[in-house]
Amino acid sequence: MCAEFLLFCEDDMASYSTNEFKGGLKFMLDGDPCSIIENEFVKPGKGQAFNRVKIRNLKNGRVIERTFKSGESVEAADVVESNYQYLYNDGEFWHFMDPDTYEQVSADATAVGESTKWLKDQDICTITLWNGTPIIVEVPNFVILTVTDTDPGLKGDTSGGGGKPATLETGAVVRVPLFIQIGEALKVDTRTGEYVSRAGK
Amino acid sequence: MEPDLHPPGWQPTTSLETIRSRAQLLAKIRAYFEQTGVLEVETPVCSSHTTTDPAIESFQLTYSGPSFPAPQPLYLQTSPEFPMKRLLAAGSGAIYQICKAFRDGESGRRHNPEFTLLEWYRPGFNHYQLMDDVAALVNNLLPEPRVVEHLSYREIFKCHLDINPHIATVSQLQQCARQHGIADAQRLNLPSKDGWLDLLLSHCIEPQLGQNSLSFVVDYPASQASLAKISSGTPPLAERFELYMEGMELANGFHELTDAGEQRQRFHQDLEKRAAQGQPAVPMDQNLLAAMDAGLPDCAGVALGIDRLLMQITQATHIDQVLSFPITRA
Repeated sequence: MCAEFLLFCEDDMASYSTNEFKGGLKFMLDGDPCSIIENEFVKPGKGQAFNRVKIRNLKNGRVIERTFKSGESVEAADVVESNYQYLYNDGEFWHFMDPDTYEQVSADATAVGESTKWLKDQDICTITLWNGTPIIVEVPNFVILTVTDTDPGLKGDTSGGGGKPATLETGAVVRVPLFIQIGEALKVDTRTGEYVSRAGK
Repeated sequence: MEPDLHPPGWQPTTSLETIRSRAQLLAKIRAYFEQTGVLEVETPVCSSHTTTDPAIESFQLTYSGPSFPAPQPLYLQTSPEFPMKRLLAAGSGAIYQICKAFRDGESGRRHNPEFTLLEWYRPGFNHYQLMDDVAALVNNLLPEPRVVEHLSYREIFKCHLDINPHIATVSQLQQCARQHGIADAQRLNLPSKDGWLDLLLSHCIEPQLGQNSLSFVVDYPASQASLAKISSGTPPLAERFELYMEGMELANGFHELTDAGEQRQRFHQDLEKRAAQGQPAVPMDQNLLAAMDAGLPDCAGVALGIDRLLMQITQATHIDQVLSFPITRA
């Protein structure tokens, strides 16, 4: 049993040398999964070689700089990105399903973060999983959502000037042109939180 | 971010314009040395010996065939220094060479494992006279001549980090690194004080050197003398210089060590360090030592990276932009 267990552990603890460093490589730093943004090899002609690396902490999104002695090794992070369909929120967790395997995963509020504003049943999201657990939930750049509440605007005003707040079915509030009415479907840019256009019809 | 260096694999990563700039650059260098009476030479790229410097790893290959009864291990040169010194000892007078040099393990924005070096030696010069020569050549090659400055190793550490590199302890250097944004520096486990000095120099000082100027750094710690003479004094200093331009190291020069005994001793010290750090053992160059025993004239010598100089001339941000085929598509 011990031998098998050790074998499994060794397998699990894959590592990367600094020679494998490149943008997008995922490894463990101070217990958190990180992704390399930029790697620079630095070496005085007659001196010590270093890898100077810009890294994103995948759990909190912070970007930091670290220096490694060239040839050093780091522990690989079991991080994968995959597309999942949003199912429902049970009050504590957001549940998603792999549309191909029907396998389900649940993400907590930290992983969902700002994306919660844009999550609608059936929508496909990109989820980053670390050791099988979602740590980042990303919604598509554009989503279509229905207006559930907004002041009745002037019917004839199609200029789009001015604008007013509108509450969408997910609870998000976006600024929309005055002519938008309750019940209309809107296209919204999730990166900026801005109204793009009416959807459909 | 790195520039887009991913045209289809068979294509060069440089432009035809840069290929022409390189040809012009080489022609101008040859004209400069012709005018100043320095002789162009060639020496072997493959040698049975190589540098012992623990900071430099050589590529190894094997020759099989006539002239050697058994397969002969050979090394690709990491610089043409040793055979050029043998020519000097044989009475060549001032010489220069433009050649390929090879260093294992070095690839990045400013490094390619195979690169072009210009190396030259001036008998009768000390490192100060040679720095003037380097400045004259480089200013002749740049589109606009630059102001030349000389800074000591001590001054650059004082000015940028407020620390004296000659007397600071390893723990003071570690603390200095942390204060200057190198997080968890103590984790790095560097093998010597020079490693910490290299960390600070490369991360905190180099990027500031040679802004709008040609900056020579002189008076290195004796522990970083490499093949330079060491001047007697407190502290003893290496008669070595480096040239920086826009934060990039372009050249490294020495008032050359001529004492064969001391050279032999430095080779042995290097080999001890290599063994201690688990690096491969390499054969020291007995031909160089024999030439020095016979008498290497007092001289100064320098190696200048042609690819990096071309990067400066063409304002390239990545060495691949000035190489026809970098290592990944060689």
